Amino acid sequence: MNLSVIGDPLLLLQHLQAKQLENGHISNTDISLLADKLSLSATQIRGIISFYSFLHCNKNIKFNLLISDNITDRMQGNAAIFKTLENRLGQDENVLLQMTSCIGMCDQGPAMLANGRTITCLDDARTSQVCELIRQQQPVEQWPNELFTVADNIRKKGLLLDDTFEAGAALKKLVEHGADQCLAQLDASGLRGRGGAGFPTANKWRFCKQTESDQRYVICNADEGEPGTFKDRVLLKRYTSTLVEGMTLCAGITGASKGYIYLRGEYLFLKEKLAETIQQQRDASLLGKQILGKSGFDFDIEIHMGAGAYICGEESALIESMEGRPGIPRKRPPFPVNAGYRNKPTVVNNVETFIAAANIIQHGADWFSQAGTDKSTGTKILSISGDCELPGVYEYPFGTSIRQILNDCRAHNTQAVQIAGAAGHLVAEKDFERTIGFDDFATGGSFMIFDHSRNLFEVIQNFTAFFKHESCGFCTPCRVGTSLQHDLTDKLAKGHATPYDLNELRTIGQLMRTSSHCGLGATASTAVMDLLEHFPQLVEQQLAHSDYEPAFDLDAALQQAREITHRNDDSAHHGERS
Amino acid sequence: MTNKNTFKLDGKTIAFEAGDTIMDAALRAGEYIPHLCHNPEFVPHGSCRLCIVNMNGRNVSACTMPATENAEIENNTEEIMQQRRALLQMLFVEGNHVCPGCEKSGACQLQAVAYYCNMLSPHFTHFFPRRELDASHPDYVIDFDRCILCELCVRASRDVDGKNVFSISDRGIKRHLVINSATGKLGDSNFDKNDKAAHVCPTGAILNREHGYNQPIGQRLYDKQPVSIVGDVADHE
Repeated sequence: MNLSVIGDPLLLLQHLQAKQLENGHISNTDISLLADKLSLSATQIRGIISFYSFLHCNKNIKFNLLISDNITDRMQGNAAIFKTLENRLGQDENVLLQMTSCIGMCDQGPAMLANGRTITCLDDARTSQVCELIRQQQPVEQWPNELFTVADNIRKKGLLLDDTFEAGAALKKLVEHGADQCLAQLDASGLRGRGGAGFPTANKWRFCKQTESDQRYVICNADEGEPGTFKDRVLLKRYTSTLVEGMTLCAGITGASKGYIYLRGEYLFLKEKLAETIQQQRDASLLGKQILGKSGFDFDIEIHMGAGAYICGEESALIESMEGRPGIPRKRPPFPVNAGYRNKPTVVNNVETFIAAANIIQHGADWFSQAGTDKSTGTKILSISGDCELPGVYEYPFGTSIRQILNDCRAHNTQAVQIAGAAGHLVAEKDFERTIGFDDFATGGSFMIFDHSRNLFEVIQNFTAFFKHESCGFCTPCRVGTSLQHDLTDKLAKGHATPYDLNELRTIGQLMRTSSHCGLGATASTAVMDLLEHFPQLVEQQLAHSDYEPAFDLDAALQQAREITHRNDDSAHHGERS
Repeated sequence: MTNKNTFKLDGKTIAFEAGDTIMDAALRAGEYIPHLCHNPEFVPHGSCRLCIVNMNGRNVSACTMPATENAEIENNTEEIMQQRRALLQMLFVEGNHVCPGCEKSGACQLQAVAYYCNMLSPHFTHFFPRRELDASHPDYVIDFDRCILCELCVRASRDVDGKNVFSISDRGIKRHLVINSATGKLGDSNFDKNDKAAHVCPTGAILNREHGYNQPIGQRLYDKQPVSIVGDVADHE
């Protein structure tokens, strides 16, 4: 990333990320210098820092420990790990210890980030090792390598994971047959965006190509932030050149000359490999100037790092973030294909979509569309985690039943499956014969399994806490609704909820669904609504046996008064004392 | 741009011009769509969501959605009003809005829209956030308790005053208005009582401190006629 382009305020986030990584924090001097250089106010810059979870200004912090707090990490015991770290390091002012949203290691949790570097499979021994290294003030860069290994866990391969792609094959086809024929192939393949929304890929590329402009951009959305999904982690590491070629193919078709991979901050460990692959592609004349010797076919790719904000997975929020602002989704229209990055026509696609596109152009539309169903052609790569013997990455044709998937990963005694992440559906056993696909359970790839030993209210609590934390706060229903839902599910989980509260959850959930500014707010209540609808008996048993319970604990509310008056007798308490 | 088209708003035919949003066309036709973060002088925002209308079966914010020919739009239906009430209730419980003691009561757009939408109680559990008052400026005081994050002051200061006095910090429920000065105080910024930003707040968050309670209750802006007739606070500043 060339940060020497002086005065471009759109590069602010990249400057901040670089400072954070270099020094472990962003100093007041950094802020003043950047404010001068980029013609921004210091307050604006502090506002950006406060929006992104991974940026901070605390100069004392030498060890920034972020413990992944997805429900799967909780099931694997992250609370005990956190407690241990807190007990042993809590007094150390060089240590910042916090929970963070899912870091994409659900198949090998509990996991954490230490100064941005990923440590998986935390158990007592590894946690103690981390504590000891910090006690000795060993810089994270010098910690033993074995702490930082990340397994791929590819369990089932299909069309894409079989990796039959030959480097250069798609670009050669493009150069031979031209953009229109390639678009026709993509059309015929039925490829739809793999991020979850399922927009037809050929149309997206066509719209971008057709918008008049002197410049176009291709962006790979590698901000895989949906809790429970981690398949892009494996694609970015193992199928990197296919991804880069897919992006280049898109550039060749649309006429873009510049591309970006927006890599989530949690996947910093993948950055080096990505950069190397990009260089190799340049060396092989598959990227850069005059690709495959064709004059005028120029395209290059840079990596932009995210900084810990789930909302940036939304394509227009991602573009805002790339332009150095908080990740707040834009108004639509205009759509990115018409006015995206720097207000130029921009294609934003998921990692898997680019890889599928490159393969389709090499192997032909039929190769892809013979798998899957009529409306959902091809395969979907899933990230499977939770209660099963074989968590990891699986590739299935669309139309595969949930039951089949559960059998393959050896899940037993399954109570529920959360499909498509925290924003997706909580599926009960009665629906396990249903399938994955755009016409049934659409999914970006997250598949979390809960057996009958799990408390589904704790699962939902984890999701509502996630959305409360990750809402960008721009619009009223999402900003306030996620907090209200969080408090109400908390009440439900503690056994204090009444039928009135369930109605409140439904009303608020419905309002968020219909009136939010973007997809985050519109889907944040899905799992809550599913719990109420598909697990009625469970919910019934969980209710308090009264018509009304206040939203706060009356006895706890009296605590301050008791302290002031030095009283602790029975009449200074509300209700019966347990 | 004289190319006239029309859409239906609650059955009424509304003419629009190229480039109009639903709100632009409705305002020009004298039709009221409840709103708080919208002010035709500034770039549309679409954050308060009060102006949601149902267009061809889907909710959209009238202030940001381009008008389209022959669209069937529902505005003043019970279903939409119910949602607006809930959105208003969310705004009320999120901050600390103590109408009976507020200088702005009766001339407050938030309160007036709440009356218009027939909101009778805050309904949801109050958040009771702790927010500090900023009384550092000689002419104006900022009561963050009443801020609803409409960003009208942010837009006015940036786009009209050319000062960038206000900005937004943090995210989610922690999102809040900040002042762009070394101390974070309004008194240390270059804010002036004649700034546009001083005259656009739809609540009592940005208040003139030179005088207070001048106008008796009963004679205030929205005391005799509803917001649908009186219009925005900013129009009367």
